[in-house]
Amino acid sequence: MKGQPLSRRGEGRISEGWSAKMAMAVAVAVARVWRPSRGLGRTGLPLLRLLGARGLARFHPHRWQQQQHFSSLDDKPQFPGASAEFIDKLEFIQPNVISGIPIYRVMDRQGQIINPSEDPHLPQEKVLKFYKSMTLLNTMDRILYESQRQGRISFYMTNYGEEGTHVGSAAALDDTDLVFGQYREAGVLMYRDYPLELFMAQCYGNVSDLGKGRQMPVHYGCRERHFVTISSPLATQIPQAVGAAYAAKRANANRVVICYFGEGAASEGDAHAGFNFAATLECPIIFFCRNNGYAISTPTSEQYRGDGIAARGPGYGILSIRVDGNDVFAVYNATKEARRRAVAENQPFLIEAMTYRIGHHSTSDDSSAYRSVDEVNYWDKQDHPISRLRHHLQSRGWWDDEQEKAWRKQSRKKMSGPSSFISEEGYWVPASEVCLRPCTYSKCSVMEAFEQAERKLKPNPSLIFSDVYQEMPAQLRKQQESLARHLQTYGEHYPLDHFEK
Amino acid sequence: MAAVAAFAGWLLRLRAAGADGPWRRLCGAGLSRGFLQSASAYGAAAQRRQVAHFTFQPDPEPVEYGQTQKMNLFQAVTSALDNSLAKDPTAVIFGEDVAFGGVFRCTVGLRDKYGKDRVFNTPLCEQGIVGFGIGIAVTGATAIAEIQFADYIFPAFDQIVNEAAKYRYRSGDLFNCGSLTIRSPWGCVGHGALYHSQSPEAFFAHCPGIKVVVPRSPFQAKGLLLSCIEDKNPCIFFEPKILYRAAVEQVPVEPYNIPLSQAEVIQEGSDVTLVAWGTQVHVIREVAAMAQEKLGVSCEVIDLRTILPWDVDTVCKSVIKTGRLLVSHEAPLTGGFASEISSTVQEPQFGNSISSESPWGRINRSCASQSLPPSHGSVFLSS
Repeated sequence: MKGQPLSRRGEGRISEGWSAKMAMAVAVAVARVWRPSRGLGRTGLPLLRLLGARGLARFHPHRWQQQQHFSSLDDKPQFPGASAEFIDKLEFIQPNVISGIPIYRVMDRQGQIINPSEDPHLPQEKVLKFYKSMTLLNTMDRILYESQRQGRISFYMTNYGEEGTHVGSAAALDDTDLVFGQYREAGVLMYRDYPLELFMAQCYGNVSDLGKGRQMPVHYGCRERHFVTISSPLATQIPQAVGAAYAAKRANANRVVICYFGEGAASEGDAHAGFNFAATLECPIIFFCRNNGYAISTPTSEQYRGDGIAARGPGYGILSIRVDGNDVFAVYNATKEARRRAVAENQPFLIEAMTYRIGHHSTSDDSSAYRSVDEVNYWDKQDHPISRLRHHLQSRGWWDDEQEKAWRKQSRKKMSGPSSFISEEGYWVPASEVCLRPCTYSKCSVMEAFEQAERKLKPNPSLIFSDVYQEMPAQLRKQQESLARHLQTYGEHYPLDHFEK
Repeated sequence: MAAVAAFAGWLLRLRAAGADGPWRRLCGAGLSRGFLQSASAYGAAAQRRQVAHFTFQPDPEPVEYGQTQKMNLFQAVTSALDNSLAKDPTAVIFGEDVAFGGVFRCTVGLRDKYGKDRVFNTPLCEQGIVGFGIGIAVTGATAIAEIQFADYIFPAFDQIVNEAAKYRYRSGDLFNCGSLTIRSPWGCVGHGALYHSQSPEAFFAHCPGIKVVVPRSPFQAKGLLLSCIEDKNPCIFFEPKILYRAAVEQVPVEPYNIPLSQAEVIQEGSDVTLVAWGTQVHVIREVAAMAQEKLGVSCEVIDLRTILPWDVDTVCKSVIKTGRLLVSHEAPLTGGFASEISSTVQEPQFGNSISSESPWGRINRSCASQSLPPSHGSVFLSS
């Protein structure tokens, strides 16, 4: 029934012979005498049952002229609002949350392919890129989280445990596909080779920040890499992504738009709006929900009562799937197929990637207040996207411990992070432990690039007033001049040395 | 009628130490008698539904834009949209019920002319309409969104204030939604009551990053709407719904632009500055005529046109000249946009612009006191 105009759905339209029409005319006359407010009486009611209330209504004088094409006397529903059969048994549909939509996966927890026909058969180079992107993201997260703890940046959000969702999906897209994110998708940018300097510039808000230092850390954006700048309000990006997809469809761009959001943001009205618009306006969009179990402290049991987010898709007429978000190949396969069909068929797809938020919500959060350390450790040790992929790589002979050591050294250098974050044994140190370690920066020899980001100046204060509009209106110019005069007179009270002149 | 009488009464206080209480003034003492129709004129039994009194005052036919055609306000809007879709192949129009022509007939004929992928209905969801429009604009295409009544714009407030207005700024100009225009019917119509009459411009005036525009006539509407659509910033264009049919004048058929952020001095004067926008411009024009005729008061009438960013210079220049200011709007008094205007003109940088001659108040705001019930619509619009 999808896509079929409602006006064409009435195959069961009634066409009646003249005798039936005469009977209906009598019924109309009767109905006029026995108005609903007076009750139908002993004659009216059997007549009504005989002819059907619908028949009476249909033969309102105006409608008589309109009803021309009735094909049979079949008692099929004619409602424009739904295509369905009648049922005479009173039954409420039971939402199935005990055995919900199954979770698609390709690898088991040890990284072995379960069903060979689902193996994407990606080349070694590409799979190594998956691994390096995920691990580099992990390293960057550790260093920037720690730098917030030391007061160097104001705020940070880590991506621990969700690296597979970012990289698997990003890899399945074209480079020019537009990305609308929420705030925990840095791996998408990492996969698209966004330089570490720019990640750090945004977090420090220094002169190199493409965003001109205006937003809190992790609010990345990159026009070249088709990653729309992150904003703090949740789910606002969802209807926007739909609009962008509509424009891409009109432009025959053969592009898909992907829109990331968490299971918490999916509760917002904007999410409902986005899903409904995408389906009715037939937009080539992938809705990618990272269901990581928590929205800050709110567990999924307090976020929704239905079968997650995937079960909502069919309610909107959207093709939906649930995948194992910690299985990078499953994420890749689902996104790849969704992309192919979204562009070819101009319809939305919903992917719910089940995963777990290993880290705190942000540096302003201490998740031990609402969940156990055991729970976190389980996911960190037993079902981590990085470990699973590493096992897979190793079993294929594409990676070994020596390469692991070399890569860690290299990525440390890239990140210029303190070596004490990564243990000598080669384990990825759990995030919870990193936070407690004492600072050893002074001992580290590869701090320059990191310190460079720190040493860079902040943007000139006059940039507070530009880009509010494309052109600067008179009132803003006056305010800008007013601030400049103020700083001239009282500049000693401000840390102007940290700002570009 | 009562509106005019009330204004006249206020102006009387400028000239004479009138001891009359306000009620006597309204009920027919002296000046107001000739202008008020007493209730007994209709007969005690008959309660005719009264539409608000104002007379639309058309501007002279424009000559500099080529051939003109008689159009009312909704036809002028249709003409502007037609011009936009013809000129800009990326432009699309969407919202509730726009496909069949719109509940105010602003989009009649456009779907047939430009296709169903360019003029289409959306589901009933204002936050979705504006969010969707932002997304289209982010790709560089032109998005013209309709919100069916300004009273229903509030679900989209988050998308407008937190997203559209801040898109360029927060991204460091990497991204923007400048090609978004939101159109919405606005203001009192007489019977609209609480939810079909609102003038929410003050809520948006507090939001840097967007532009807010209100036309007073078909000619102004077409030119201002075209400017909003072409402007590289997200714009909200409020269309006074009472003028859709009531306002008829000659409007150029070809596209033309009226600049944003420029107020228009419709009539020059020397004694008092009257500022309004939208429908109320016609009320104060009538007040100005009455004041001149009956009181010999010379009023300078200004149509503000753009609420944000507003033309401070024109208004302040006028107040410096006249020394007195009256701002009038339909929206509630407290926090209404008249407050912004009156506080700005009193800033020291404009010198001692406010006259010290008049002890009864040098700046006045004539605005609604509250939201309005339908039976009081006519009274409200006259008060």
